[in-house]
Amino acid sequence: MSRSAGCGSDLSILELRGVAARYGEIRALHDVTLAVAEGDFVAILGANGAGKTTTLRAVSGTVKTTGDVLLDGSKVFRRTPEGMARRGVAHVPEGRGTFSALSVLDNLRLGAWVQRGVSQRDLAHVFEFFPRLYERREQQAGTLSGGEQQMLALGRAMMAKPRVLLLDEPSLGLAPLVVREIFGALRLMNESGMTIVVVEQNASLALRAAKHAYVLETGRVVLGGVASDLQANESVRRSYLGY
Amino acid sequence: MANFVQQVVSGLASGGIYGSLALALVLIHRSTGVLNFAQGELATLSAFICWTLMDHGWGFWTAFGVTIVLSFVGGAAIQQVIIRPIQDGPVLGVVILTIGLLIAVNGLMTWIWGGAARQFDGPFSTEPITVGGVAFSKQDIGVIAVSLVSVLLIGLLFARTKLGLGLRAAAVNPVEARLTAVRVPAMLAVGWGLAAVLGAVAGVLAAPSLFLEPNMMRTVLLYAFAAAVLGGMDSPIGAVIGGLVLGVLLNLVGTYVEWVGGELRLAVALAVILGVLIVRPSGLFGRAAVRRV
Repeated sequence: MSRSAGCGSDLSILELRGVAARYGEIRALHDVTLAVAEGDFVAILGANGAGKTTTLRAVSGTVKTTGDVLLDGSKVFRRTPEGMARRGVAHVPEGRGTFSALSVLDNLRLGAWVQRGVSQRDLAHVFEFFPRLYERREQQAGTLSGGEQQMLALGRAMMAKPRVLLLDEPSLGLAPLVVREIFGALRLMNESGMTIVVVEQNASLALRAAKHAYVLETGRVVLGGVASDLQANESVRRSYLGY
Repeated sequence: MANFVQQVVSGLASGGIYGSLALALVLIHRSTGVLNFAQGELATLSAFICWTLMDHGWGFWTAFGVTIVLSFVGGAAIQQVIIRPIQDGPVLGVVILTIGLLIAVNGLMTWIWGGAARQFDGPFSTEPITVGGVAFSKQDIGVIAVSLVSVLLIGLLFARTKLGLGLRAAAVNPVEARLTAVRVPAMLAVGWGLAAVLGAVAGVLAAPSLFLEPNMMRTVLLYAFAAAVLGGMDSPIGAVIGGLVLGVLLNLVGTYVEWVGGELRLAVALAVILGVLIVRPSGLFGRAAVRRV
């Protein structure tokens, strides 16, 4: 995939053009322009408050924005969370995003809400990825460990067979071993054709998994490119990624 | 002993009615945090509709079926037209709106049908059947059966169907539900519709013994509140069991504790509410509020 990150191309499955957003008086996004190609694995990096989470929320329609969000090159008007989910955008928000009062199976069934029915093959596929979810399928999601809940959130997203998966801080609060497992699963999902956009505080982790990356600073894209290039560039690492 | 069993069964009959109405309250409360004070008047309105249809010569069960459908549509419409515009505001505002709805529906019924009590001929005769030397009223058995079947059907809808899954998801976590493409506003409307259906069942079952008039369900609503608090405001199964327990308890206390009699039953119900709130605020089956991290 040889395209310069930062400018849209005809191949873009998802594109943001000049997106701005505010929470009341506080502007969270000033001007975010980025493009995600089909099959890409994009990391969005940046410090706390840089606007990473808001960028995802802008796409899924959970925050009011100005500017354009394009899917497959055409602008999506009046975005709502349920509408974007129907268009194949799965958003797993920070904090696992599971229904803690419902069972693991019910959570997975909800993932397939946009599908006509719950396919047993899809369920089996999720359980192959995350065998521990199978063991705990009748348990309430709230009783799972943090890592298991993140797996459940991913499993639920898989059930929706999304074209684009938006993930917010999947590593947050998890043990390193569990984080490795989660990112291993993400890589497999990406290899099977799912486009993934992940927001991460842990830049080195995300850059190792992703193909492309964008760096946000105070609500603007300040840098974008091939993940391995960003990782190799020491001055970039120093000034933007802090490691 | 025979008298005791009789009193228990007749308590279960009242309890089935309290439980149905309590379940209606819980369905709305757990999805929106709102106590619907109009639930009783809406149930009475359903009973009036059923009565009117029967008055036009319809058989009971046909009239009942049509009433159920109309109640569902009416409940959903009320949510969409009256509640939805302010549902994102403070919960208290919505609660006050339901009190307004109570007064409005009550006035509407008085305007259309007048305030006089009417006889409502239910599907079950009041004659007794004798089982093992104990005489039960057919009406009590019928009321228990119909209320439990309705509650069971609603339970199956929630537990076993895709719609039920969406209703539960929208109730426990509306933000997340929207991200999985569940249409939360539609689910809230369906929830109000189902609550109205349960209310209709309670109203129609109560009408033969209470006589039909605009204030018919007012005390029943208080019993339903007591049942819901007893079972746990957020537990559907708790509401039903709370209703049955309360029905039996009130009947036994009214029969065996001389100084309570019929008049102080309402006070017993209030004592139950107070007792539960002090000893176990989450109710028998409720969970303490889960904090999300």
